[in-house]
Amino acid sequence: MPLLEIRNLHVCVEGREILHGLDLTVNAGKVHAIMGPNGSGKSTLSHVITGKPGYQITAGRILFKGEDLLAMGPDQRAAKGLFLAFQYPVEIPGVTTMNFLRTALNAQRKARGQSGYSTPHFLKKARTVAKQLNIPQSMLKRGVNVGFSGGEKKRNEILQMALFEPDLCILDEIDSGLDIDALRIVADGINAMRSPDRSIIMITHYQRLLNYVVPDVVHVMSRGRVVKSGDKQLALELEASGYAQFEDAA
Amino acid sequence: MVAARETVECVARTGVDQYRYGFETLIESDKAPKGLSEDTVRFISAKKSEPGWMLEWRLQAYRCWLTMTEPTWARVHYPNIDYQDIYYYAAPKPKKPLSSIDEIDPEILKTYEKLGIPLREVAILEGVEPAPGGEPSANRKIAIDAVFDSVSVATTFKAELKKAGVIFMPISEAIREYPDLVQKYLGTVVPISDNFFARLNSAVFSDGSFVYVPPGVRCPMELSTYFRINERNTGQFERTLIIADKGSHVSYLEGCTAPQRDENQLHAAVVELVALDDAEIKYSTVQNWYPGNSEGKGGIYNFVTKRGDCRGKHSKISWTQVETGSAITWKYPSCILRGDNSRGEFYSIAISNGFQQVDSGTKMFHLGKNTSSRVISKGIAAGKSRNTYRGLVSANRNAAGARNHTICDSLLIGDKCGAHTVPYVEAKNSSATFEHEATTSKISEDVLFYCIQRGMSQEEAVSLVVNGFIKEVLQKLPMEFAVEAQKLISISLEGSAG
Amino acid sequence: MDLVLAKAMPEDKANAERAASNVFAAAQGRLPGAGRIAAIRARAFEAYERVGLPHRRVEEWKYTDLRVLMRDVLRLAERPDASALKRAQAAVDQAAFEGAIKLVLVDGMFAPNLSDVAKIGKGIDVQTLREVLESSASDALAGLVLSTTTDAMISLNTAMATDGVVVTIAEGKALRRPLHVIHVSTTSSASHFTRSYLHLGDGAHGTVVESFVSAESACGYQANNVMIVLVGNQAGLSHLRVKADAADAVNISSEIIAVGSKAKLNLFDMIRGGAVSRYQDFITLAGEGAELCVNGVNLLMEKQHADTTLVVDHAAPHCVSRQNFRAVVDGAGRSVFQGRIIARPDAQKSDAKLTMRALLLSDQAEADNKPELEIFADDVKCGHGATSGGLDESLLFYLGARGLSENDAQALLIRAFLGEAIEGIANENLRDFATSQTERWFKARR
Repeated sequence: MPLLEIRNLHVCVEGREILHGLDLTVNAGKVHAIMGPNGSGKSTLSHVITGKPGYQITAGRILFKGEDLLAMGPDQRAAKGLFLAFQYPVEIPGVTTMNFLRTALNAQRKARGQSGYSTPHFLKKARTVAKQLNIPQSMLKRGVNVGFSGGEKKRNEILQMALFEPDLCILDEIDSGLDIDALRIVADGINAMRSPDRSIIMITHYQRLLNYVVPDVVHVMSRGRVVKSGDKQLALELEASGYAQFEDAA
Repeated sequence: MVAARETVECVARTGVDQYRYGFETLIESDKAPKGLSEDTVRFISAKKSEPGWMLEWRLQAYRCWLTMTEPTWARVHYPNIDYQDIYYYAAPKPKKPLSSIDEIDPEILKTYEKLGIPLREVAILEGVEPAPGGEPSANRKIAIDAVFDSVSVATTFKAELKKAGVIFMPISEAIREYPDLVQKYLGTVVPISDNFFARLNSAVFSDGSFVYVPPGVRCPMELSTYFRINERNTGQFERTLIIADKGSHVSYLEGCTAPQRDENQLHAAVVELVALDDAEIKYSTVQNWYPGNSEGKGGIYNFVTKRGDCRGKHSKISWTQVETGSAITWKYPSCILRGDNSRGEFYSIAISNGFQQVDSGTKMFHLGKNTSSRVISKGIAAGKSRNTYRGLVSANRNAAGARNHTICDSLLIGDKCGAHTVPYVEAKNSSATFEHEATTSKISEDVLFYCIQRGMSQEEAVSLVVNGFIKEVLQKLPMEFAVEAQKLISISLEGSAG
Repeated sequence: MDLVLAKAMPEDKANAERAASNVFAAAQGRLPGAGRIAAIRARAFEAYERVGLPHRRVEEWKYTDLRVLMRDVLRLAERPDASALKRAQAAVDQAAFEGAIKLVLVDGMFAPNLSDVAKIGKGIDVQTLREVLESSASDALAGLVLSTTTDAMISLNTAMATDGVVVTIAEGKALRRPLHVIHVSTTSSASHFTRSYLHLGDGAHGTVVESFVSAESACGYQANNVMIVLVGNQAGLSHLRVKADAADAVNISSEIIAVGSKAKLNLFDMIRGGAVSRYQDFITLAGEGAELCVNGVNLLMEKQHADTTLVVDHAAPHCVSRQNFRAVVDGAGRSVFQGRIIARPDAQKSDAKLTMRALLLSDQAEADNKPELEIFADDVKCGHGATSGGLDESLLFYLGARGLSENDAQALLIRAFLGEAIEGIANENLRDFATSQTERWFKARR
């Protein structure tokens, strides 16, 4: 059974169709890259999988671990092991990152019928992961993403991913706004998460990230559909020739 | 912090229409006849065995009150109050004269236990968890004065305070025991000719707390008063007077609850603070009077005058308030910055839900040179409530170098509530620098989705964001109160998410 | 807010009311319109009389107490004679806005000979208030023009308006040249009242400038002007007003404005003259997606009192409003800004921002700012900010060290301070006009 299976997905926003019958299958342990020009529907796809309000699903289905994802609320999906690293992580003034992480983690554990982490256990875990990602302790005491640089925000997303240990990670343009050093740290963080039970979907414009996190499968999205799939060679082809060749295919 | 989880659990425990403190204590009481006249004033004064000057002062206030009508400028609406249909004095009937806490009516002690107020000189407030790294609260002492309906029923830690020279007692006792001090300061901040409700209070106040901190003394513990309205049809009019003499320091906490009743009850308190040279007073309030039921029936009318006078140079008065209760709140804790280099602060969280109406804020009067003030107000409106911040900052001609910074943020939860901001910024001095900023918004959908994607429920997410919104002010509260306040906030916002 | 009980001064009030009654009675023969119009006027006067001149206990007039500043309503000004019109002509020439079509009102009466009525283009209809009120054909329009509110000074205006201009720009039409409405006072110790109306049909565009000036030797007059402005859907209006009245005059101007869907209104209010001046603008963003930008400048010296009061009512969703005010107060001047933003329950996605800043140049100067938010819709982004203070001493010193005289250094910083409000004027010609008006203040201050 694939970890994620999307069949004939049609999605509208305010009456306008954005996804026109999208198909995608992701097996456990695989890293997929979804590439495509602006406006091809990549971010919409990540939002629909995670259940962001404001999208109407007019046809199709999404199965996650064989269960109907569309019947679940966003928090239930998270508890089931679905994680989205946001393209634009929000700022939450007054709520420290530490408090946020613990509240979220314990909410997920509770939903899964697990007991909450004790404070010392949690702190230890969070500190260890933060250290690996080169995130200073002081950042954990500041408001979530408040005053963080672009790179810090992205590292904070990876920190959450590492702590929550999800089964499917969707990384929406995790590489945007990162300089080469920050990209390396983020990529190391992602690679450390690779395991036979976990799948990763990376949404990106550029081939650059894929040099650091080598995908098993590459998809090209255009005008609301997956128009071509292949191995990592496909990304190199795209880098050389651009997206224009796929505009017509869609 | 476990705040968010706790918040949600608290909400889950509490039914929609449930006010935790809404029980009634059945005890016999001693009441003045209903209604207000010079005789009522004389009755109260006689009950308290007051000296003649005090009675005269009250009568003068009563006559002043007669010449005035209720103020109407606040953004609150309520039916006319019949001032002749209120009991102005109710005291629990003592079985015999009290000499120690053990002799207090056990029913009253039980009430305070239910409220979580330890009268037995044990300073652990209910449900308080020590913050990580913080001092365990059991080791901290809080002296408490408990006011039940109109009278003070117990004051704790009296002896220990006396050793430090601090006077902390019911004001009724202070009038008898320290008449010179009381006469010197009473009515000098809120005169008997002040506003309508203050005049009423001056005429009929029955008790309250009195604090005097002598020069150079740092009060060894937090002082606290817990107010409780129990009787039916009773108004509560307490009077608090705090004097911090030169170079002294005191922190004072105030908490309030009332039983759940269908009728509206009037609470018209007056608080006067005097800070002399280099003295500092920190006054914190957690106000949780009964707010009325989900149809807007019942609840306390909280019409309160609180004013601090920074009389001395380099003095400082700081107001911190968490307002979650009352059907109607009308109060503007103010600072008169008279002394050169004095400082006033106002930190407020005002939460309204159901049919609550809040018109609250502060006034900062800059009179002296180089005076400064800071205002942070966080208003949250939910349900069908109305929440108004009203604040005045003024600089007198002589207030050279005055500075004020005001931040005033409102959060709306739901589309049936209203949040209003009415600041008055009056500058009469070219070297005064005033800055005021205000915003009104709702919790952003993007922020909510971010939290929910991380596994939180809608309610948890709202609670988390709200706690972040008010954190700046919450941090100004003494630790024990901060935890209590956080719980109150979650209870008062229950059912408003989504 | 003010808890101290005001002495009600019943005697003053009675005197003032008697004066107003006499003024209204004496004016009867001069007020155009009979029958229904006369009845509207009588009702409006009754409404005024019930409350009398606004005073500090009336929240909206808290800082501009007309019982103190105006005391009573003066007799109605005479119809301007030939010599008055001649003096008015000189004032008009001084105030003129280049390239504009002039519509001149002298002492509350339309002055055709001073106006450019002939130059008005197709699709633009200009009548006088007198014509509208006296013609039975325009009954509906008359009712609209005389619309009133609970504000006492607007009620008084409804009762007493002698003339005004009624301008309609037809659907889709654009004013090729700006209209310049010039109010000239030539009178002394008398009052005058105008009521005007400006209607832009759907998709219409135009620029309207309004100046309030005095002729030589005019003094101690009271002007009360009201304009009703309707901006149709997708229409665009640039509207600039300058008050430059005689030093001892009182001028209260009210506008009631409704802005339609996706329409744009760019408004600028300046006060640089008069003893007591007030703009009060009641703006309703009535159609979805309306955009409003209001900027204002108060430039004061001596004992001038200037008040700009604005109510912006977001009554429809997705409307945007931006308001930016600056006051520079010298001498014993007093500047008042009151700005209220309302977001109605249906006005989701309202986006409103208000900034008011005052610069005090002397120790007798005073600035009172009252920005208000009144929010009933939950999905909004509303904010305001207010500051007041003096000129930055360190900047003055820096400029001094670079060789600027104190006066020049001050002027430089004041111009920079005003810049932000003036830059908010969308139309370049209007911006230049506003700048030239501020320069007149600098000249007078020297």
